Amino acid sequence: MLITELKSRETTAPLLAGKKVFIINCHGCREVHFPEKEAAGYDAELSAAGQVTGILTTDYICNPENLKLRLEKYKSQIEAADVVLVRSCGVGVQTVSEYLEDKIVYAGCDTYPLPGHQGVTPQEYKCDQCGECYLNITGGICPITACSKSLVNGQCGGAKNGKCEVDSEMECGWERIYRRLAMLGRLDVLKCPVQIRNFATDDETRQPEESNL
Amino acid sequence: MKITELFDRGEFVVSAEVGPPKGCHIEPLLEEAKKYLSGVTAVNVTDSQSSVMRFGSLATCKALKDEGLLPIFQITCRDRNRIALQSDILSAAYFGIENLLLLTGDHTKMGDHPQAKPVFDLDSVSLIHTVKQLESGVDLGGNELVGEPPKFAKGAVVSPCSDSVDAQLAKMERKVAAGADYFQTQAVYEPEKFIKFMEKAKQFGKPVQLGVVIPKNVGMCRYMNSNVAGIHVPEEMIEELKKDKEATKAGITGVEIVARIIKECRPYCQGVHIMALGWESKIPGLLEKAGI
Repeated sequence: MLITELKSRETTAPLLAGKKVFIINCHGCREVHFPEKEAAGYDAELSAAGQVTGILTTDYICNPENLKLRLEKYKSQIEAADVVLVRSCGVGVQTVSEYLEDKIVYAGCDTYPLPGHQGVTPQEYKCDQCGECYLNITGGICPITACSKSLVNGQCGGAKNGKCEVDSEMECGWERIYRRLAMLGRLDVLKCPVQIRNFATDDETRQPEESNL
Repeated sequence: MKITELFDRGEFVVSAEVGPPKGCHIEPLLEEAKKYLSGVTAVNVTDSQSSVMRFGSLATCKALKDEGLLPIFQITCRDRNRIALQSDILSAAYFGIENLLLLTGDHTKMGDHPQAKPVFDLDSVSLIHTVKQLESGVDLGGNELVGEPPKFAKGAVVSPCSDSVDAQLAKMERKVAAGADYFQTQAVYEPEKFIKFMEKAKQFGKPVQLGVVIPKNVGMCRYMNSNVAGIHVPEEMIEELKKDKEATKAGITGVEIVARIIKECRPYCQGVHIMALGWESKIPGLLEKAGI
């Protein structure tokens, strides 16, 4: 099981300001807590502001084949959008981001772990359920799972010919992130403030930390 | 003394690297440093380089300082979390060590304790940020330090001949934004690539020391070409090392090659950083040959 919690308005509002948005809500893995009420409220606000081109509420978007079929039906609405906002665990966001490779895909949630069933996570994408989703500043590629050192401020100097120093079969996650951001014309996000991970697991110590993700 | 004071004066700053031994006797290192490194301004001390466990960098820095040398304390994020890193940085300040080189560090799997936990609680960028915060009198947790805060020259590294040089520049920019004062580079064998890199890097307005490694033999070059990130020794240089085996063995060819690289790059950078990897004895000759 896992918990998806909406990122704060302060975090998502600047990403969506003045943008047309296509929204994907994932209600997959039945045990997953999904903040339905809060999400619906936010969607209503965005709709009232004329920003929403479409909303797809579905399940198991982490299954690429399934996702592909479902998104086909919303092709024109997705095309009309500047950005796609995905409310799911990190695997879902990465699956959408990979499929809609020329779109800016934002994570609307942070994912926290709970023991138990984890959905139908395919092997290619991983979510560490770190509780502070970085996908919005890394072009939809997770630096926690795609980088051997889980670096959050850019690549180390260890990659040789694009491969990680730890595993010559593994592509450098940060080179993938850099290429993706370059393709999206969003290298400017690399100028974001210094990122420092928060390893605290309880709410109390998490609260005071200011998140800018 | 902070080496940034020398950059500010427009000096061409030469530093060299020493690696502490696996064991608790650093007397030979200190003797070698006194003998061969009198002509360099500062001495970097590696932090269990390549994730191979060794005598500590901080203690070596203190010992070098007591011998009258100017140490640069290299710190990686591989083995310590943010509490231990800050604690060691404060300890360095007490010892009068004012120069830091702040690195992410190699993965633990690269070294001789591959079972060790890779820490990486912070990384090079957030470590620079942390030192800057300590300098302002506050730790990373937001708690005030007692007494006068420490002040350092905060060094960082960059890899100018990397096959992803644009990503390297982006990372360099993040390091500058976080507070890096100067840079040392990965070893350069392709001056044209370095010069191109410097044309882009000069916008950041931070001094850059050209990194050099004296090539000892053909095998070493081939090894670096296939295994070491950001290093490529061109085939012509390898041929040069092949030509006169005796001269190569004696270090004459390697020193000639590196002296040439330094001369070619000197107009574009603010210093040179020599990683002799056991060939510290060649450094005085190299400096002479390079006209420094």
